[in-house]
Amino acid sequence: MSDVVVAGVGMHPWGKWGRNFVEYGIVAARAALADAGVDYRDVQFVSGADTVRNGYPGYVAGATFAQALGWTGARVASSYAACASGATALEVARAEILAGRCDVALVVGADTTPKGFLAPTAGERPDDPDWLRFRLLGATNPTYFALYARRRMALYGATERDFAEVRAKNARHGLENPNARYRKDFSVDDILASPMVADPLRLVEICATSDGGAAVVLTSADYAVKQGVARPVKVRAVSTVTPAFPQTVIEMPHFATDSGAAAGWRAGGGEVTAFKDSITLAAYEEAGLGPEDLSLAEVYDLSSALELDWYEHIGLCKAGEAERMLHDGDTTIGGRIPVNPSGGLACFGEAVPAQALAQVCEVTWQLRGQAGARQVDGATVGITANQGLFGHGSSVILSR
Amino acid sequence: MSDTAFEQDRRTPAIEGWFTTDAEPSLLGNRCTTCGTVFFPKASFFCRNPACNGAEFEETRLSRRGRIWSFTDAQYQPPPPYIPRAAEFAPFALAAVELSDEQMVVLGQIAEGYGVSDLHVGQEVELVIEDLYSDDDHDYVVYKWKPVADGSTA
Repeated sequence: MSDVVVAGVGMHPWGKWGRNFVEYGIVAARAALADAGVDYRDVQFVSGADTVRNGYPGYVAGATFAQALGWTGARVASSYAACASGATALEVARAEILAGRCDVALVVGADTTPKGFLAPTAGERPDDPDWLRFRLLGATNPTYFALYARRRMALYGATERDFAEVRAKNARHGLENPNARYRKDFSVDDILASPMVADPLRLVEICATSDGGAAVVLTSADYAVKQGVARPVKVRAVSTVTPAFPQTVIEMPHFATDSGAAAGWRAGGGEVTAFKDSITLAAYEEAGLGPEDLSLAEVYDLSSALELDWYEHIGLCKAGEAERMLHDGDTTIGGRIPVNPSGGLACFGEAVPAQALAQVCEVTWQLRGQAGARQVDGATVGITANQGLFGHGSSVILSR
Repeated sequence: MSDTAFEQDRRTPAIEGWFTTDAEPSLLGNRCTTCGTVFFPKASFFCRNPACNGAEFEETRLSRRGRIWSFTDAQYQPPPPYIPRAAEFAPFALAAVELSDEQMVVLGQIAEGYGVSDLHVGQEVELVIEDLYSDDDHDYVVYKWKPVADGSTA
């Protein structure tokens, strides 16, 4: 399916600016509209990715951004899917265009975040597993990231140095990215000297929380031609899949997996694809493309070690081979399939509702050859991969 | 009131119905009476197996022993609603533990006195009940995983 294109993208730089999230969203939206050469008054659909950390305006982000840009009577939607919110908002807008209900949609996500660990909503809420895991276990987000990291060490012989090398690679990638919050070169030894937070993961290997905003203008392919949009990028797939039962890998914020002894969800049983594998599988299937077609990938490196897991989940290599890919330089800019040329979450920190859209911005710039010092030469196809708390898959495939 | 009764009265589960506090404590899950799937924490109202419309469950004790699937620790104090036990935060370890009968991985803190250097993937652990935090009226207890002295290594 290539009936929908990215006509323009824009971002507000990531940082800890401490201002209202709406400001970041509007800066990003105006940049994306200017990039597309689209007048805001021609936007027929505004799709907001929600933030739950900024009160009511954040829960209805679509209307909040639409009002800030000026009411025009455009249709609107607001989507919350935790870290996958941006992809969900993108998918809602794409569906409107595919359904023929509009030609031009604006997708916006922005956040202002507090310092420190992401914590659950306040109050006494023992029915919410995300609240309960802090109360009963003291299990933070890094707890889960560290479980996966330690598991890699036990299964594949990964080392703390391997994880640090991922972080050092992403630091180099992000050095000259004007939208990145952290633009500092880290040596492997610097990283290994950083304080341990959740063994085996250190402070600089765990994604920080950031302020930031990202926006994407989607249009029908016909509209892009008619408007003379320069270098439109095709949206080949958007995957927003859920896990399949039984889900046998422990996932944030849960206390336990499903029982693997349970019958599968299909009549007659059969293997269930692991969730993180299924997210991009669905995207490849929709796009009619495979990992061998990729020029680059933007994956959700919530921790340094988690990036290695993603190499395998998105099909770049077999389980246990990610460290070899890293050491061979395959995933460094200039290598076979650069991963996180933007610098990834390591250089950005997470602005939850903006992050999946930021991935789409980066892939768009790469496919247009506009990524400057971090450009992947001759990029033709790029993928994003991400996952929202409680089971929201998120993957987007774009091509020239 | 005897001291023992007082002690029993002070110690109370941090959450009701998740575990027993007898001499050989176990986690309390439940089993869908229609399809037989076991859930922990307990399912209620609806069975999460997409092929099942079951709505009734019977309580079941989960295996008391399992093997470490992975482990980590918390070297910084978690944010609320975590409640520290003392003014000075003491790091603690956590493990995701695989129960073989249930084919389920359950996350829990590691028993007091053990850190990540005492743990390895595949190690056998056993469920114990230990203090989590206290207020003026109660010492709240929770399940934890404790390395088994005579445990074998997978």
